[in-house]
Amino acid sequence: MAQVKTKKSESISTIDREQLLHMYEQMFKIRAFEEQVNELYQSAKMPGLAHLYIGEEAIAVGVCEALNKEDYITSTHRGHGHCLAKGASIDKMFAELLGKDAGYCHGKGGSMHIADQDTGNLGANAIVGGSSGIATGAAFASKRLGNGRVAVCFFGEGALGQGLVYESMNMAQLWKLPVIYVCENNLYNEYTHHSESTAGSMKARAEAFGILTVEVDGQNVREVHETAIKLVEHARKGEGPAFMLCNTYRYHGHHVGDIAREYYRPKEEELKWKNDNDPLKNLSSWLTENGLADAGIFEQIESTVSKEVEEAVNFALNAPFPAPEEVTNHVYA
Amino acid sequence: MSMPNANGREIFFGDAIKEALAEELRRDPTVFMLGEDIAEAGTTFKVLNGLVDEFGKDRILDTPISEPGFTGLAVGAAMTGLRPVVDIMFGDFSGLIMDQVANQAAKIHYMSGGKLKVPMVLRTTMGAGRRSAAQHSQSLHAWYSHIPGLKVVVPSTPYDAKGLMKSAIRDDNPVVILEDKMMYKTVKGYVPEEEYIIPIGVADIKREGSDITLIATSSMVYVALDAAKLLEEVGISAEVVDPRTLVPLDKQTLVESVKKTSRAIIIDEGYEQYGVTAELASVIADEAFYYLDAPVKRMGAMNVPIPFSPALEDLTIPNAKGVFEMAKSLCNK
Ligand SMILES: Cc1ncc(C[n+]2csc(CCOP(=O)(O)OP(=O)(O)O)c2C)c(N)n1
Ligand SMILES: [Mg+2]
Repeated sequence: MAQVKTKKSESISTIDREQLLHMYEQMFKIRAFEEQVNELYQSAKMPGLAHLYIGEEAIAVGVCEALNKEDYITSTHRGHGHCLAKGASIDKMFAELLGKDAGYCHGKGGSMHIADQDTGNLGANAIVGGSSGIATGAAFASKRLGNGRVAVCFFGEGALGQGLVYESMNMAQLWKLPVIYVCENNLYNEYTHHSESTAGSMKARAEAFGILTVEVDGQNVREVHETAIKLVEHARKGEGPAFMLCNTYRYHGHHVGDIAREYYRPKEEELKWKNDNDPLKNLSSWLTENGLADAGIFEQIESTVSKEVEEAVNFALNAPFPAPEEVTNHVYA
Repeated sequence: MSMPNANGREIFFGDAIKEALAEELRRDPTVFMLGEDIAEAGTTFKVLNGLVDEFGKDRILDTPISEPGFTGLAVGAAMTGLRPVVDIMFGDFSGLIMDQVANQAAKIHYMSGGKLKVPMVLRTTMGAGRRSAAQHSQSLHAWYSHIPGLKVVVPSTPYDAKGLMKSAIRDDNPVVILEDKMMYKTVKGYVPEEEYIIPIGVADIKREGSDITLIATSSMVYVALDAAKLLEEVGISAEVVDPRTLVPLDKQTLVESVKKTSRAIIIDEGYEQYGVTAELASVIADEAFYYLDAPVKRMGAMNVPIPFSPALEDLTIPNAKGVFEMAKSLCNK
């Protein structure tokens, strides 16, 4: 594995160029996917709503690239990025979002409930904080079954309002469970700034349980990834859970229909994040500055992925809806 | 039949609710509201827009995403001199708050031998059809109706919603009001200029008829009214009765209607199994048995988690065509 030295001589021992380019590709895939979702909503081709992950791509990608396929994740209402980063295929995801039979859940789950056992995705969850018990339970089972798997629980900072999160963390630390709580702090719980909903320190919440706690720049995929590698190793070795606080920002509205946002967050703030701290730009400029890539490489990645996204969305648009009999199928196992 | 008022205005269901809340907030300084994103955002359904401008953030209180916490806080505040109106964004979150509602709010007056009172209102939503999938589409009013000590209101018109909301706020008991989220901005109706209240526990005949009684709740009232129109075309006269409140239940109005028509279908959007339809059917069976010319029929939501795909979701809710067919067969036509 090639050792990469940055100009500032910060050493990146664990991530090589290929891996970084792959992470760029994954982040771009999420972005292109989400832009297409927005398009589908605006052209009234998608039923319901969706919560876009644009702006937060580095977290899902940086974390999931540190996991094995067998490792578990649980996700949120803003879950498309997590699913894709864990290895879901875009055609089946689009099909699910359009309520088609070819979707991951035969169209029964939709945007907020995509699950894919083959890639260790135990499901997105439309109940804020609702998956913290599930992720902790998956970690419990991994430990009991001795299969060495790690579980990652993604959630937004709004979930810090939910008691279940703390009950889960307490047990995870008591029983040294291999679970990593990844808190995506994008500053807002829907339309409310976190400072109006969350007293005190976010990190201190996990620290109070004695859980290994790290805060990272969620717009820097290298930092997210390096940290995730360490926390995964910690969990896999049986040393217990971790809490990873990632500072980030969502570029779009809370959901695709949240267009007029100025009453709760200023346009300048949105522009500042987009222009000055974009996870894709951050990585591409770092690679370019360090002579590891040039514009041509990114263009190539982007055009390949864009084509893939276009094909996938066409596949989903043309796919059939589930047959009526499907409605009573799967109520019981 | 409580209906259009000469000097009324036609307003939306959601606006009628907001008017009731505003009038009660003005009338009684101990009334306040709390819930997620209810202030500047005016709720996720934009139903309370503007209330915060008149009443300020202390009385239209944005909470963390901590449903059990703020519901419990409301119970305590209600016991000690305030009249809280709790906003639970989606009825599906009822599971989170159920201990505070069922074990605390509902029982405190009784357990204290009548010494303590819990004058609070819990507003939440019900109803499918929004393509919001399994965790955001349920109608769980039967859960609340099962618990002695709670009053349960399911209004279908702007007029009813306003009058019942005002009664609920003035009631010394915990009152749960379930509002169909699809009706907020689609259902319009006459509401008087002058102040009025509607007592809790009085059913309303929404349409008079003589051949069959359609007992319907919330948005299902419109399904029943549409079915009644179809039935009229084939010479069947259907009466549509709206209980308006499930607890206490105006049995007399339901029973009188069925005694007159000798046939009944009960239509409700909650799950059919062990649901509201079963309870109401048993009332008819008990008290109008010797007047019946046909078995009492029930139509509820299918006994499946609400699927996302429009192709499936639409199958799960009773519709006018289905009610029409059922009524026709009961009337041997
Ligand atoms: C228990 C529960 N309460 C409320 C909601 C409604 N809701 C959906 S997303 C959301 C805000 C979540 O904020 P955060 O956790 O920070 O995630 P973000 O949307 O910022 O990614 C709320 C309140 C819900 N889905 N579940
Ligand atoms: Mg957030």
